Amino acid sequence: MPDLVSVDRGGPEARLETPATDPTGLETAAARPPRPAEAADSLNADLRGLDALQTERRTSRPRWRRLIDGALPPVVLIALLIAAWQAYTLIAQPRPDLSPGPLDVAAALGQAWESGRLQLAVTTSLERGVLGFLIAIAIGTPLGLLLAEWRLLRRALGPLLSGLQVLPSVAWVPAAIIWFGLSDATVYFVVLMGAVPSIANGLVAGIDQVPPQLRRVGTVLGASRWQLATAVVVPAALPGYLAGLKQGWAFSWRSLMAAEIIAFGGTIGFGLGSMLQQSRDLADLAGALGTILVILAIGVVIELLVFAPIERGLLRRRGLTGANS
Amino acid sequence: MSTITAARSAGRGAPPPAGRGAPQAGLEPRPPGTDAPAIRIAGLGKRYADDGPVVLEGIDLDVAPGQFTCLLGASGCGKSTLLSIVAGLEKPSSGTVEVADGGAAVMFQDASLLPWLTARRNVELALRLGGSGLSASARRARALELLEVVNLADAAEKRPHELSGGMRQRVALARALAQDRPVLLMDEPFAALDAITRDLLHEELQRVWRETGRTIVFVTHNVREAVRLGQRVLLMSSRPGRIVREWEIADEGPRRIESPQVGTLSIEITEHLRREIRRNA
Repeated sequence: MPDLVSVDRGGPEARLETPATDPTGLETAAARPPRPAEAADSLNADLRGLDALQTERRTSRPRWRRLIDGALPPVVLIALLIAAWQAYTLIAQPRPDLSPGPLDVAAALGQAWESGRLQLAVTTSLERGVLGFLIAIAIGTPLGLLLAEWRLLRRALGPLLSGLQVLPSVAWVPAAIIWFGLSDATVYFVVLMGAVPSIANGLVAGIDQVPPQLRRVGTVLGASRWQLATAVVVPAALPGYLAGLKQGWAFSWRSLMAAEIIAFGGTIGFGLGSMLQQSRDLADLAGALGTILVILAIGVVIELLVFAPIERGLLRRRGLTGANS
Repeated sequence: MSTITAARSAGRGAPPPAGRGAPQAGLEPRPPGTDAPAIRIAGLGKRYADDGPVVLEGIDLDVAPGQFTCLLGASGCGKSTLLSIVAGLEKPSSGTVEVADGGAAVMFQDASLLPWLTARRNVELALRLGGSGLSASARRARALELLEVVNLADAAEKRPHELSGGMRQRVALARALAQDRPVLLMDEPFAALDAITRDLLHEELQRVWRETGRTIVFVTHNVREAVRLGQRVLLMSSRPGRIVREWEIADEGPRRIESPQVGTLSIEITEHLRREIRRNA
């Protein structure tokens, strides 16, 4: 049985050495006085080397490139859809009052723009939608916190709130008209009934998903109950809360349109829903389709300009983004 | 001394006196403490339910200030439970635990960093929640100092998901040091790391221990790790968890996990560990 040998493969020619002066082991460490400074230096170098090996350097694509990569596919798809629609109108020659082409719809929108109805409707609806949503946040957030921390309240109110989330908020419109008449209060009431349960439930879900270990860490670090909530639990629950906010906005916007279509006249201003209802009364299909497209476009724009950047930042900071971003 | 008893709520005891909260200029070793032990455990027992199995029984233990103690045992023997009780996260069913003034900092098996904060902000959070009384800019400077101690000054602005497992544990170590408590409890902190990283972190931990003079209780199921690190190795039995045997290791400067002495003692301790496990067959 040969002695153990160490083979240095790095050298130009392999050398064989017997490990007679093996620097490991206690006896040699005791024999040779250790030099702490030297040892610390080599440890530091080792750690730095390992750190460099274990962390990947990321190269991110330039901003314009990401913008094009994100925007190009949907834009191309929309262009193709409109082209197909126009081709159908040209080839099949359907009745324009039953099946208007893209040009008819554009013309109807242009007319609405010139008369100022389109601008009025968009500003009125957006103002209500945003204001209603903000009020819903102001109510839904404390409600969610209360539900998450107060077990009894949650057992009592939780099922009711989930039920409200399922109930289409349009169902409230007739009752709201009787209570508040044809006024802005009716619109806001319906919007709140749609958005508040989503926001509160989103926050509760977010808080439920906070890993218990994070709470333990907060306790170990000496956090008071209040500090635990503000420094650990709420920040950890933000992704769930944001999901609730997104859903809350969607419900606000839908409820608003429904309320504007049904509650028409009185002191209620002229919103996109009212414009849609007006098109119906005038049997103006091009105008109705154009309004639908405007409502859709506003939803997309809000998602892209408000929620998507917040969500991307939130997830990226936590390392929760997949390979595609 | 803050006391944790079975009767009383297992808080961290009295808040640290004003003097202790003040930041240390550097990390110079603490003066050798008085003769009072840093941790004193007397007649401690634990069961989770009144009719449930006994998890810990009759544990008596004094840990001297500045001592590096390794708590060794098979999985499920209650060593982590014992650590949680000392940390004040759980209450004992009987007996008392006293921890030196200032209490204990804890490191877990996973680094448990807050994922939305950078390494520096994670350390700053410990300074803020621990009531260090520092201004925001002083906390920032102190956090960078502590990250320097664990060789991570360059990674201060990175978030946990950008760091390797070993780096995250070092941030957790810096955070535990930020709490500036005399006792540091470590619950298998390196168990999830690869062998190369673990080896380097053993060295790093020993260096930090020598520089700061903390009292360390290190829980592990790895015999060699215990012998490599500890001045004192305590072997726990399972069901019920008791301390059945202990070894003192003369501290003659840094030792390596490969050294023959570590190997010899590890073999002896493993024999005893196996015997304890066999008893449950």
